[in-house]
Amino acid sequence: MDDKTPTEETNAAEASYWRENVRLLVTLMAIWFACSFGAGILFRDFLDQFMLGGYPLGFWFAQQGSIYIFIGLIIFYSWKIHRIEQRYHLDDDDEQSDSESEG
Amino acid sequence: METQTLIYLFVGLSFALYIGIAIWSRAGSTKEFYVAGGGVNPVVNGMATAADWMSAASFLSMAGLIAFMGYDASVYLMGWTGGYVMLALLLAPYLRKFGQFTVPDFIGTRYYSSAARVVAVICLIFISFTYIAGQMRGVGIVFSQFLQVEITMGVIIGMGIVFIYAVLGGMKGITYTQVAQYCVLIFAYLVPAFFISFMLTDNPIPQLGLGSALNDGSGVSVLQKLDNVLVELGFNQYTAGSKSMIDMFCITMALMVGTAGLPHVIVRFFTVPKASDARKSAGWALVFIALLYTTAPAVGAFGMYNFVNQTNEVEYSEAPSFFTSWEKAGLIAFQDKNGDGVMQYRAGTAFDGKPEFTGETGPSGERAIANAPGTDNANEVYVDRDIMVLANPEIANLPGWVVALMAAGGLAAALSTAAGLLLVISSSVSHDLLKSTFAPNISAKGELLAARLAATAAIVVAGYLGIYPPGWVAQVVAFAFGLAASSLFPAIFMGIFFKGMNKEGAIAGMVSGLVFTFTYIAYFKLMNPEANVAANWLFGISPEGIGVIGMLINFAVAIAVASFTAKTPADIRKLVDSIRVPRGAGDASLH
Repeated sequence: MDDKTPTEETNAAEASYWRENVRLLVTLMAIWFACSFGAGILFRDFLDQFMLGGYPLGFWFAQQGSIYIFIGLIIFYSWKIHRIEQRYHLDDDDEQSDSESEG
Repeated sequence: METQTLIYLFVGLSFALYIGIAIWSRAGSTKEFYVAGGGVNPVVNGMATAADWMSAASFLSMAGLIAFMGYDASVYLMGWTGGYVMLALLLAPYLRKFGQFTVPDFIGTRYYSSAARVVAVICLIFISFTYIAGQMRGVGIVFSQFLQVEITMGVIIGMGIVFIYAVLGGMKGITYTQVAQYCVLIFAYLVPAFFISFMLTDNPIPQLGLGSALNDGSGVSVLQKLDNVLVELGFNQYTAGSKSMIDMFCITMALMVGTAGLPHVIVRFFTVPKASDARKSAGWALVFIALLYTTAPAVGAFGMYNFVNQTNEVEYSEAPSFFTSWEKAGLIAFQDKNGDGVMQYRAGTAFDGKPEFTGETGPSGERAIANAPGTDNANEVYVDRDIMVLANPEIANLPGWVVALMAAGGLAAALSTAAGLLLVISSSVSHDLLKSTFAPNISAKGELLAARLAATAAIVVAGYLGIYPPGWVAQVVAFAFGLAASSLFPAIFMGIFFKGMNKEGAIAGMVSGLVFTFTYIAYFKLMNPEANVAANWLFGISPEGIGVIGMLINFAVAIAVASFTAKTPADIRKLVDSIRVPRGAGDASLH
């Protein structure tokens, strides 16, 4: 891929890349909030009437579930934002680093 | 082999491994010293971040907190993991793209101001020292408990080990030692948890065991049983909580935001090759952290269940051996209030404060206590929360090598965190204060020497704080998270997401957030501890959670000030543009 000099066009690409990124971030942070503060704290009493195995559901979210969802959110974001970056040719896939220790 | 011999063997082997790695990975340049050359594989960095993050408190104290607090302890579980989502999504990739060495670097450059940089350095040093004193103390406790050396000697040995690999190896040495330390500590944590879960529920996976039925034939689940037993003894239900909802909310938020703003965590993401690796690395870090954090609730609940089962209504003369050995250490005590020789474990404090042993033995052979008995309850057993993890293998009668593993794991957790903290302290002194502010003409060699000297000085101060812990150390852990949440996080976040944030706004915001949070915590924790009750708190928010309000104040003040002061200069707006896209990262470079 050839290096582009900054032009009007790449700036427009950067701007719409950033808008998409922010939209994605807002969605994912909403899930982040809902599973921890929502399910684990604010709506815990309601959720505790359901059981997940031997766990009351709200308690499970607070001590187990939210952590698993956190991991899922980061994995999903890494994958999704990379696809968006590739679409705008703004990814760092062919960046050099001084020690290529990556697998 | 004797348990004691095994402990010496395990701890000795792990120390030899750390020193070996340190010699193999000496740092030769400032770049290697500060950011390990910027070429660390994201998975390796994730593992090192996990070890860096999980301190003596995570390893030794968290399961105990969960055991005795039940649902209320969820604030730590969610708070200390949710921050990684903020890091991966909101901070780490952009800071890596920015490509400098330290957090004050970013704040100083983005806000084109040495004043902002110095404010950031002050926050960073205060946060890091608060944190590190606790780590050295943890090292001392493990040594005195397992290796039968004085706490002072234990701290000095710990200082020596950290000195070797932090001062020689810098970030490079620390990174690879932390990988080894992660392996030691996670193995040590999981093995006893598997055993205990299998013994109680037939399911060896602790995360599933905690949600399963007990195998005693009753068919009741662990949590249900624990709820019933504790309520019978007058405690709160285990799965219910006693904190107010707003306080739960604010503490969790303050811990999350604080985690995302802790300099020794952020700086780890400067070591990977590029911005996209910073995201991946944060994901791996959370996976490695979650292994311990999702196990901890099981360790806590199983520990509590076993503890109650083996002590309550048991005659002292029949007390299990773990009980008497920890009583010898002064962390468990029995005060036979009704004189029946049987231990009653109930809600409430058996007596005021920590046990003061008279040196004589009571009628049942227990260590007699001088404290006046608490009269409002029937509880006769004092137990220090911190023993839950260390005593767990003994409580469950696990073999000696598991106990030895715990000792090595506890040391790994404390040493890895201490080293990470020392590094950010030393680089903020040599890089941010000397190179970037007060002595810009210093040579690269001189800077490296200054970094090593600063690290040495920081180890000595940390060791001193570990040997003579000032009373305030335990009281002010809230400071570290509260200050990170109210000062550093908003400044970094707005630096990336809000182009219009200028020098004046950022400095005013940091200072007001910092002053508010500091004053609130200092008032309730240091100046007027008697007033530290819910009725006096602002909106019912405890000092642990007040960082959230500090953060909001920071945001509000910054935005207000920025709206009527000069606009951000054009070159800074361009800098923000370039941070926002991953392409063109290159290396973390010198100025």
